[in-house]
Amino acid sequence: MDFANIFLGALNEIISPTTAAYALAALGLAVHFGYTGLLNFGQAGFMAVGAYGFAVPILSFNAPLPVAVLIALGASAVFAVILGIPTLRLRADYLAIVTIAAAEIIRYIVTTNSMTAVTGSANGLSAFTGDFYALNPIPPGSYNLGPFAMNERDVWVRIVAWALVIVACLLVWMLIRSPWGRVVKGIREDENAVRALGKNVYAYKMQALILGGLLGSIAGIVFTLPRDAVQPANYGTELTFYLYTALLLGGMSTVLGPVIGAMLFWVLLSLTQGLLYGAIEAGYITFIDTSQAGQVRYILVGVTLMLLMIFRPQGILGNKKELAFA
Amino acid sequence: MLAAVAAVFAALLFSAPAVHATTTTPAPSPSGSTSATAEGQDPDGPTNGSEYSDRISGVLRNAGVPLEGVKITATGNGYEGETLTAANGSWSIGVPEQGAFEVELDESTLPDGVALAENQQNPRTVTFAGTSNITTLFLLGEGIVLQQDSFLSTLTERAVAGLSFGMLLALSAVGLSLIFGTTGLTNFSHGEMVTLGAVLAFGFSALGLSAWLALPLAVLGGAAFGYLQDGVLWKPLRRRGTGLVPMMIVSIGLAVAVRYTVLFFFGGAMQQLPGAQSPTLEFGPISIPRNTLISLFVSLAVILIIAVLLLRTRIGKATRAVADNPSLAAASGIDVDRVIRLVWVTGGALAAMGGILWAYYRPGVSFNMGQQILLLIFAGVTLGGLGTVFGALVGSVIVGLFVEISTIWLDADLKYVGALVIMILVLLVRPQGILGRRERIG
Repeated sequence: MDFANIFLGALNEIISPTTAAYALAALGLAVHFGYTGLLNFGQAGFMAVGAYGFAVPILSFNAPLPVAVLIALGASAVFAVILGIPTLRLRADYLAIVTIAAAEIIRYIVTTNSMTAVTGSANGLSAFTGDFYALNPIPPGSYNLGPFAMNERDVWVRIVAWALVIVACLLVWMLIRSPWGRVVKGIREDENAVRALGKNVYAYKMQALILGGLLGSIAGIVFTLPRDAVQPANYGTELTFYLYTALLLGGMSTVLGPVIGAMLFWVLLSLTQGLLYGAIEAGYITFIDTSQAGQVRYILVGVTLMLLMIFRPQGILGNKKELAFA
Repeated sequence: MLAAVAAVFAALLFSAPAVHATTTTPAPSPSGSTSATAEGQDPDGPTNGSEYSDRISGVLRNAGVPLEGVKITATGNGYEGETLTAANGSWSIGVPEQGAFEVELDESTLPDGVALAENQQNPRTVTFAGTSNITTLFLLGEGIVLQQDSFLSTLTERAVAGLSFGMLLALSAVGLSLIFGTTGLTNFSHGEMVTLGAVLAFGFSALGLSAWLALPLAVLGGAAFGYLQDGVLWKPLRRRGTGLVPMMIVSIGLAVAVRYTVLFFFGGAMQQLPGAQSPTLEFGPISIPRNTLISLFVSLAVILIIAVLLLRTRIGKATRAVADNPSLAAASGIDVDRVIRLVWVTGGALAAMGGILWAYYRPGVSFNMGQQILLLIFAGVTLGGLGTVFGALVGSVIVGLFVEISTIWLDADLKYVGALVIMILVLLVRPQGILGRRERIG
């Protein structure tokens, strides 16, 4: 068993673009759930809207990169408004059910055969990131970042992804410190008290839903970049639940919590996979095969989510007083 | 009270085997016959892909007579599989991944005097749409045109199917609604309770038990899972005073853990319960699969029993009292924890039964089957009104009917979308649901 390689592989996940995408999407959930108390179970839907909103214009009408990004963001804002109108006046579990249903609606619609020409149905879309990589200022070649060797595309996508994470974190941090953030946190603590102060709770909730949703769709775009493909199967309800696990690991009412949570989530997934596969190949574990080892990891994710919620709902960084539920 | 509980179980035990009346008919399933041919196959020869879980299948019949030994090939995505039709005319080719495949029937292998009907594309392209099994039929015989059913008979067929589907949704939805009503928990792991019922039924019958024994045992297993869940997880959490939102997230963690545990032991392939292929019954112009009809009557009977228990017995009254106001119920001497435990047990049994019926309805058992209808169950419960038992029933039937009838106009792969859209629209105009009360929505 090659421990050095397993650990290096796990460390590599810390800066991978997928981790950045998870961090962005979980940050969006932190705005929704951690700060405003909105139980959005449809973040996968926002990511799908971002990914398809980005890929479809490029492939269907050759839209330039900035236009495609704007379309993706616009689509997710519209999606947030449509979701918010029926649910933001209702109790938290209604929002949960409607958002999870809406995310599934999006997935069914992009999977349907009648839309194959636009969305590629179950196979999804690919080859739409040409414009993005054409912007790459880094000369071709092999680069070593510590122990990790990568080509110019890898470096470029990592720089962009993590720059977006940093910008998003700064933005959320400033917003939460602003009067807007105080109102939103007030809504989380006691909606009626905020309403009594004359604030339009509905409007604030809607703004928070849109903001978190925008972060989700940026995450969706970042998620597609290293793969140069978008497939509907990636945007099932499980994605949202993994994002919640990452968010709760780090701490849901913090700015850095989602980022650290996403890093930890992927490092732990990679580590358990490496160790289990290694143990199986070396013959230490004989009663399961490698595909079952992959499933053990997700059993652990579910158990982690339960234990976190029961024993440390504030996560690693969080403050127990700042929970969306008391 | 114990007598009442025993009555529930007796009813469950008694009613479940009725589904299985079909097991006596020798209906070889296509998956069974292909795996048999796979064993004798030359490993280097053409494969029928029996090791894959995604399958393209169909049945070849000429004027009702099955055709054996007709060669059918599927090519696409760099893969090629071929198979011969079995004695009952069925064929099935496994493919390594979902996508578009070209399916061709080798017309030279057809018996003399039999030809493809006009307008039958050969080869034709089939595309997977979310499900792991797609069916394509080659119609044979000269001058056969696609049968044009009248709209009314199609509508009736869809309505009966929808009613059957809605009733099996209602089984799970009633349990979910009872749990919500008594504990306030929106249980996201209910889908896994549905899966567990079907998987246990498959497991027990794979052990060699007859379906008459395997299905009731699976329902008992579901009840035991409900008992265990409440005892190990939910009761301690209620004692700690955990809020509803954290409990909801705990139920999600449980759902993920259970789903992958089932996948771990059961595998990703689609399996069939005994008697999954049922004959189609003809009522004049309307034809309905027998299992669908049996499933309809079983769920109807079980729901009637639950209704009588809730309305007529002391424990039923106590359950409704706890659902209405737990503190007041406790103050008037009702053992709230015991009622909740009973609700979990009943909910688990009902969900397991719903899972078994769902496995016959689709047909097939897979590790994620519960997850696939969880949202429809939620839609039924929300439509009817969260926490109301009869609302859950009405809502589920509406969802079932809507899902099936919408396939007349909508593509089959969009049929769940309609139901979910309806749920969101109803929340817009009547957030408390059809039978819900205003005060519950907060």
